[in-house]
Amino acid sequence: MKKLRVRKHAVVLNRSVAGDGGITFILVIMAIFMFLPMWYLIVNSFKPLGEMNLTPPRFYVMKPTLKNYIDLFTNINATWVPISRYIFNTIFISVAATVGCLVFGSMAAYSISKIRFPGYNIVMNLIIYSLMISSTVSGLTNFIIYVQLGWLNTYTISIVPVWASTLGLYLVKNFMDANVSDEMIEAARIDGATEFFIYLRIVMPLVKPAWLTLIITTFQQVWNAGASGYVWSEQLKTFNAAITQVITVSAGAGSASIVLMMSVPIIMFIITQSQIVETMASSGMKD
Amino acid sequence: MPDNTAVKETKNVKVQKSRKEMTKWEWTLHEMKRTRVGYLMVAPFLLMFLVFTVVPVALSILLSFTSFNMFQWPKFIFMDNYIRLFLDDDLFMTAFKNTMMFAITTGPTSYILSFMLAWFINELSPRMRAFVTVIFYAPSISGAVYLVWGIIFQGDIYGYVNGWLLKLGIISVPIIWFKDAKYVVGLCIMVALWTSLGTAFLSFIAGLQGIDRHLYEAGAVDGIKNRWQELWFITLPTMKPMLMFGAVLAITGSFGFGGIVTALCGTPSVDYVAWTLTHHLQEYMTTRFEFGYASAISVVLFLIMFGANIGIQKLLSKVGQ
Repeated sequence: MKKLRVRKHAVVLNRSVAGDGGITFILVIMAIFMFLPMWYLIVNSFKPLGEMNLTPPRFYVMKPTLKNYIDLFTNINATWVPISRYIFNTIFISVAATVGCLVFGSMAAYSISKIRFPGYNIVMNLIIYSLMISSTVSGLTNFIIYVQLGWLNTYTISIVPVWASTLGLYLVKNFMDANVSDEMIEAARIDGATEFFIYLRIVMPLVKPAWLTLIITTFQQVWNAGASGYVWSEQLKTFNAAITQVITVSAGAGSASIVLMMSVPIIMFIITQSQIVETMASSGMKD
Repeated sequence: MPDNTAVKETKNVKVQKSRKEMTKWEWTLHEMKRTRVGYLMVAPFLLMFLVFTVVPVALSILLSFTSFNMFQWPKFIFMDNYIRLFLDDDLFMTAFKNTMMFAITTGPTSYILSFMLAWFINELSPRMRAFVTVIFYAPSISGAVYLVWGIIFQGDIYGYVNGWLLKLGIISVPIIWFKDAKYVVGLCIMVALWTSLGTAFLSFIAGLQGIDRHLYEAGAVDGIKNRWQELWFITLPTMKPMLMFGAVLAITGSFGFGGIVTALCGTPSVDYVAWTLTHHLQEYMTTRFEFGYASAISVVLFLIMFGANIGIQKLLSKVGQ
């Protein structure tokens, strides 16, 4: 009879104490390696000037201060565009890019996954191939196209190209394949529902985790894009781009700015983690 | 409404030939008509996708056979750009070697690291797992957060590493980490790995969670003795689709390597030790305006990314067969 070990949440088979110990050890080391830089950053952002220049630097802060954050905002505000404009730009660009990506992406995903028009497999293969190359490859010709379209230094250039991103679409399509049965769609069609009705009222509510994931990944992409070389008017730049420009003010303000930039995507991920992981359950590639 | 559709359908059935009577083309045409809403729904995305991804790649290939500076019409010079790249451009060969070196070190390492960590945390309690996932995943979604390594490895005595090494008496003068050819490559690889636990990592976590526990129980009955056998005989074959997805992301990421180097070491990095194809491309595109030549560089990058991806997919599809 095999010896079973019982843990709080599950019965486990085939596990040795030594193995568990070793794995825990590796996990702790890795967690420290991953988290320590983040910790330095957070600590640095709250350090007053006097503590910044201690050698060797301390791993904690004795008299935490918000001065670095205040400095950061004063400096952004000192440029001739008020900070509210940067915040408006960020919200406007993120929302427009994300909404477009969601509407076009999920509609295409439904069409590829459930209508399966002749040629759908060609479109899907192109999408998968596009995941295999990074944007660096098409950077140059993209630039030429932007010039031809007259999009340099406009909002459009920060918004429309994002609508063509494929990772979110790929995830939504796979999630539909796995979680929405063809029989149900067929039944709705027989009842006289139009394809658009089925997409909006039947399928979309069923794939909520997937489109939430699409929203989050698109938002992260737009947020982290920061300053692109294609936009140079201050009035059109995002908060993130503005922060990057004043990053050199002082080491403390620099840390504060990175903390602000990273906190948004991390908080969003913490809130939506379970939905994202649920989506990823169908992220696999079939051959 | 329901009555109408019923009438329509019976009419259709009368008029239509069955699938067997139609030629392949007739059938395709009939299907296209039936699914025309599908084309309408995919059209907006497809248009964007063609304009911003497919056309640019095709255009790059065309331009790579020309000499082009954006002001004059491209001049066809056939293979000259490629001949120049491989025979006459030492810096390109450096970039090529460095890109390969970075890809071969960071790609597989980040892939295996993602999988191993996902596998290790799989048996934690759900709450603990969620917590550890955030810690591991955070660096990859935080944008420019890797700049913190510039603070940690700052070149003066105020940097964390220098400060402590001086204090402990290991070094007597501060090391300018990101300007020293001895350290640049190693540090960049480390930073790249730090930011590499991304989408693939989440995909692996989800894949591991989705494996039916009964498989493991059955495996135990069938004589699997330890966790490694369980991994090899049950977990890996079941996870194959995720493994393929993760491989694509890892390969694409590792060949596109370059942004981190630029941000931490500046361009060019000291003695060009971390000069990659991305940098070479940037150089010809933004400072020299030799667009034809730059296109040839992006085609080379495209071919190695694509080739590596297809090769690895072929290889992975054999796992467990």
